[in-house]
Amino acid sequence: MAQPEKEGNAVSKEQGPVLQVRGLGKFYGEACPHCINSTGPAWESNICPACGTIVACAEISFALMAGSVLGVVGESGSGKSTLVQCLYFDLAPSTGEAFLGSYVGGKKNIFAASAQEKRLMRNKLMGMVYQNPQQGLNLDFSAGGNIAEKLLMAGCFHVGRIRARAGALLEKTEVPLKRLDHLPRFFSGGMQQRVQIAKALANNPGLVFLDEVTTGLDVSVQAKVLDLIRSLQRELALTIIAVSHDLGVIRLLTDYTLVMKNGRIVEQGLTDQILSDPQHPYTQLLVSSLL
Amino acid sequence: MAQRTRYKRGYNFAFLDESSKKELRRAMLKAVAIPGYQVPFASRELPLAQGWGTGGLQLTMALIGPEDILKVIDQGSDDVVNAVNIRKLLVQTTGVATTEDTQRATLIQTRHRIPEEPLCSWQILVFQVPYPEPLRLVEPSEAKTREMHAEADYSRLWVHLYEDIVRWGEITIGAQYPVMVNGRYLMDPSPIPRWDIPRLHMADHLNLFGAGREKRIYAVPPYTKVEPLEFEDYPFRVEDFRGKSCAACGSTSTFLDELLEETTGKRTYTCSDTSYCAKKRAARD
Repeated sequence: MAQPEKEGNAVSKEQGPVLQVRGLGKFYGEACPHCINSTGPAWESNICPACGTIVACAEISFALMAGSVLGVVGESGSGKSTLVQCLYFDLAPSTGEAFLGSYVGGKKNIFAASAQEKRLMRNKLMGMVYQNPQQGLNLDFSAGGNIAEKLLMAGCFHVGRIRARAGALLEKTEVPLKRLDHLPRFFSGGMQQRVQIAKALANNPGLVFLDEVTTGLDVSVQAKVLDLIRSLQRELALTIIAVSHDLGVIRLLTDYTLVMKNGRIVEQGLTDQILSDPQHPYTQLLVSSLL
Repeated sequence: MAQRTRYKRGYNFAFLDESSKKELRRAMLKAVAIPGYQVPFASRELPLAQGWGTGGLQLTMALIGPEDILKVIDQGSDDVVNAVNIRKLLVQTTGVATTEDTQRATLIQTRHRIPEEPLCSWQILVFQVPYPEPLRLVEPSEAKTREMHAEADYSRLWVHLYEDIVRWGEITIGAQYPVMVNGRYLMDPSPIPRWDIPRLHMADHLNLFGAGREKRIYAVPPYTKVEPLEFEDYPFRVEDFRGKSCAACGSTSTFLDELLEETTGKRTYTCSDTSYCAKKRAARD
């Protein structure tokens, strides 16, 4: 039986990147040969003029090392959520490949895996925190049940151990332990989000996706959730991809940043560097409009 | 071909036409080849309402031959109206011999029980199934449950069991306890009591399950692993009859039915398998 308490999936730095993405793209419509060349930031559009295909994202390539936090920033419709949803198998990408260090030693394209393998990867190697807790939580299960779902999928069939682990996670995410068996339906937004974070971390995933986690929360709760993520990241050496349209969040959380516009990466590099010396006009605009 | 004189004129042997039987046999072969997998089939109209055992009946009709010895039981009893009617229909349309003795029967159709006496490799047990989908409890969509089976994604039922334990201190499913078959497919064993579940595991005989209304056939072939879902610290338990015995035959090792005498309020217990109980009484007297 798997013991999620001990079994860490984090890959050590010597083993290469945790995640490597090459040429990822997602098209809605019948893609034509002009799609790539006639969309993007230069055209200020992600709709192909020739065939009307929507190029949600294209030519996305990057690598992510263990223990680092990657930020993906861009305006609405820039393809940042599409990117993360493709990597978490919520969407099937149209082009490109990705390699996960903890899956067949990073030698097999994860998009070519079977549905069953993908589900296993999602459950054992990845964690996801959605903007809307209703997407990440089953509101008909108790908070403990939601965390148990992840642990059960990873093969832990011991009620006592599941409850101990769920309790420890809720404690870590600052949810009162007495709410373990309550339905998250009746929790506040911030507390739902913290339960979602606890669920995402249940199996010590090697890679965690945060999709606009603080959007929709009020400012004081935002700060608390960000603090929590930051301390968990340090404590557990999590590898994170954080998507946000908020440069403040990106500045607070991330080491590296991808700036996306019209489905393409327009700039990438160290977060500090991008914020202090933006190169691309769009990034300059973003930074200058930072409150 | 069977001799036409032995059963009612105007009907094909065992009521169904030969091509329907062929389809049923094909579905059964597939079900045996993939233990626990629900094979769809075109459920036929029968002179019996759906929900009264048409799934089991169609399997029996497709399997039965003139030399078979038939036993039909309902909740362990040979004399309940459902069993009697199904037996009458089969006898009228096949002319086969019938028996109440489990050990003599070659073909047994049952509703919600497995006979107490162990079955042998030459016997076939046919179950009547009301709801074949064990995941229906947690997922209303058939398309989704099929996908869940394909990917062996049973976590939601597991969470349901976990929440049961959290809320009630134990798993509250009585009859119809979900089982894993051959380590792959989650299966609804039909509403047999938990008592009967261990007797599906590595059994000598073939178990066939037919759901007429839901149009599904599945099987547990001989010598197949059948494991009830259980947690390491909350193991599966069968019904507890400690300190109770059958009022008629004195048995302490059978599944017992509880009878409440309304005037005195006294509780008594009798074997649910009536033919086994009668056999024991005959041996004793």
